[in-house]
Amino acid sequence: MGRELTFKILKYDPHQPEIKATFEEFKLEELPGMTLFIALNKIKEEIDSSLAFDFVCRAGICGSCGMVVNGKPQLACRALTKNFSESDTITITPMPGFELIKDLSVDTGVWMEEMTKRVESWVHTDEVTDISKIEKPVEPELADKIFELDRCIECGLCVTSCMTKLMRPDFIGAVGLNRVARFYMDPYDNRDADDMYELVGDDNGVFGCMSLMGCEDHCPKDIPLQGKIAHVRRELVKAGKKR
Amino acid sequence: MNIIYSDSLIIGGGLAGLRSAVACADKGLDTIVLSLVPVKRSHSAAAQGGMQASVGNTKMSEGDNEDLHFEDTVKGSDWGCDQEVARMFVTTAPKAIRELAAWGVPWSRIKSGPRTVVMNAKKVVIEEKEEAHGLINSRNFGGTKKWRTCYTSDATGHSMLFGVANEAMRRDVTIHDRKEAISLIHKDNVCCGAVVRDLKDGSLTAYVAKATMIATGGFGRIYSVTTNAVINEGIAHAMALETGKVALANMEAVQFHPTPIVPSGILLTEGCRGDGGILRDKNGHRFMPDYEPEKKELASRDVVSRRMVEHIRNGHGVDSPYGKYVWLDISILGREHIEKNLRDVQEIAIAFNGIDPADAGEKGWLPVLPAQHYSMGGIRTDKTGQTYLKGLFSAGESSCWDLHGFNRLGGNSVSEAVVSGMIIGNYFADYAKEAILTISTEEIEKELQKQDAYLDSLVQADGPENIIHIKRKMQEIMNEKVGVFRNGDDLQSAYEELKELVVKSRNISLENKSRGNNPELADAYKVQKMLKLALCVTKGALFRTESRGAHYREDFTERDDKNWLNRTLTWWRNEEDVEPDITYEEIDIMRMEMPPGYRGYGKKDMSVDHDDTGKRLADIEKIKEQNPDADRFELQELLMPFELPENYKEKNQRIGEK
Repeated sequence: MGRELTFKILKYDPHQPEIKATFEEFKLEELPGMTLFIALNKIKEEIDSSLAFDFVCRAGICGSCGMVVNGKPQLACRALTKNFSESDTITITPMPGFELIKDLSVDTGVWMEEMTKRVESWVHTDEVTDISKIEKPVEPELADKIFELDRCIECGLCVTSCMTKLMRPDFIGAVGLNRVARFYMDPYDNRDADDMYELVGDDNGVFGCMSLMGCEDHCPKDIPLQGKIAHVRRELVKAGKKR
Repeated sequence: MNIIYSDSLIIGGGLAGLRSAVACADKGLDTIVLSLVPVKRSHSAAAQGGMQASVGNTKMSEGDNEDLHFEDTVKGSDWGCDQEVARMFVTTAPKAIRELAAWGVPWSRIKSGPRTVVMNAKKVVIEEKEEAHGLINSRNFGGTKKWRTCYTSDATGHSMLFGVANEAMRRDVTIHDRKEAISLIHKDNVCCGAVVRDLKDGSLTAYVAKATMIATGGFGRIYSVTTNAVINEGIAHAMALETGKVALANMEAVQFHPTPIVPSGILLTEGCRGDGGILRDKNGHRFMPDYEPEKKELASRDVVSRRMVEHIRNGHGVDSPYGKYVWLDISILGREHIEKNLRDVQEIAIAFNGIDPADAGEKGWLPVLPAQHYSMGGIRTDKTGQTYLKGLFSAGESSCWDLHGFNRLGGNSVSEAVVSGMIIGNYFADYAKEAILTISTEEIEKELQKQDAYLDSLVQADGPENIIHIKRKMQEIMNEKVGVFRNGDDLQSAYEELKELVVKSRNISLENKSRGNNPELADAYKVQKMLKLALCVTKGALFRTESRGAHYREDFTERDDKNWLNRTLTWWRNEEDVEPDITYEEIDIMRMEMPPGYRGYGKKDMSVDHDDTGKRLADIEKIKEQNPDADRFELQELLMPFELPENYKEKNQRIGEK
């Protein structure tokens, strides 16, 4: 027999505002290798069929299942219950900073699309590529460095962990600034620091960050966010001074 | 009544759907993409190891070209694919990879000079050419003559999906996520859009469009163990099937990937073996060379999966509470390589199994067992991607176009997704530009009301059956009886049990009666649909009394070209039916560029020849003799002409070529 776990889960449906948000408790026996993906599905299938939450790949690749577990933002699919050994109660709440859909399900899609458009997260170039011809060479080390930042899965944990975002609802977040850093070093993209200044050169952009490092602490892909934000900030200060 | 109009409607926001959306936007069409989840979370993101394209940059891919990629793909398919489609694909793939590079996908690039690689469990130094420096690199994968799989570490699908999604957003394509299409609207054999359920609040909307595309990926979740994401349930396949006008083809052609990790079934990329990883049994013995001395761990996926199960059946599996498995050993590649090129594999192994695969020796070995991975079959289309229902197209894994026949090569999935988005996406956009909508609001409303009443009937039902139990049972049946090895008895009993489940699924009651955001209601309509797919798979497998590619019958072990060189078509004729109808579409050898032959695995005399094979081979010889001066492009054109949209037929440039 595994230990008996109590899951304390915040339940609320914004479409039924007359029913107040409550914590509900569910008890399950812990199984070997149990993750929150397994546990939440078991609760849904065996105890409460109305419980809403999001999983897609269940392998830590797609970024769908960010939740706050015992106060810490993380990907639920990768959270093994055995790692919560200090108590037999596991408390799960939805990620703050995003619109709540229901229970543990939040709307990251609309927010991330808006962010993508705000930082124009795509290659800007006047060059026309002939796709029948050999591609433009890129230094292998540079390609690796771009990939390092390209690994962001837009899970939103950095946004949820960010104090600036709490104070400034329109703050672009580490996820947005990381996009700027990524395209700034991409040799296919011809934007310079001045162009980037136009996009994020204000308090809702790179100058809003207070370097509390919540983003980097909780990034499930270990992206060096603070170093990159600092780099973008320095570049944009230089660009701003020339104005 | 909620109706939203657009020129083109794309259901599915993965690589194929988004690349098609880009094609539509570039042709000035008002385009809507519907997705179950935020598009960047689509299952394309989970493709790890890479994308096949014959760019031929690295030393180990010297001499690669479309012809070799074509041959590998046709052999891989066990001659089940449409060879014209394969030609269209291999010709466009290098262009796709170069387009993606220009869109910012940070492909791993070649460093000139010596580099150490692992081949056949030994370290070998290869020398990369000066002129290849900075060009796109590629790794080895199973069933390919050259190192052809281009990659970004082992997060290739992720980088590709973000690249293409960014381009769709740049073009202001309208994306509506958390939407599930549940029925198609059609009139006089023409598709006019879909009835769509909002997954946030449960409301229904009719999306009406001049052209509709289904690009929703595979349906692996009809199995209990699968690498597929939880959203890969095949609901759009069933929706197309339910029109009675559209056939699902080759549904029995289900791929089992050799190396999902035990017990979660999460994929560990073929890149593990491509980069030199090996399979070991309970004694630590490397067993694949015993079965396949030539290709070893890098035989095609169907072959490796069968050999693994065979070896376990012979008593060499490792025991565990989750059943028997074998070991995947990538520790021999060294920590540096793993932490650079197989880092998601490492992350997964550490997070879910507590094993660091870079740890030397036994400590780093990973427990693996074949599991459902890919659906070669799908919605039957013509070469432009159009289904039997006019105005309805399908692209990517959801379609049976048919690039993969009875087995897909590793690295050809994301490649097909984006290439079909280019080819079919353009044909689709051209169709939408010319099409005229003739459906009235009255007819649209009728379909909306029908679905509304259907969902009401589900929440109001008070039968004795539980939908979750039915779902679990279906998944277990598929896993137990319609797996890697199949036989008539098991398939017959699976078929009967599934039919019973169909009846039961129409006699359920739900605990939660809400029409809003109610996951149980979603399960109720989805399981009814998934059961239809499970029956199509099982009936196809039961009737196909031969072994071809991933479809292996223990009671009919030969590939039978004489009787079975055809495509299975399954149909759902009437709503109240409990089983699909089945017909077949012949594959014409006389139009093949490469008639059926030996695939390169196992014994040589394991197939029954078709009479046309000899005739076609003689024809081909004659054409070659009559055109001694023809270059490879001219000869190909003489053997099997094919068409492509845009400028995709232009010759692909490579190092050392003009």
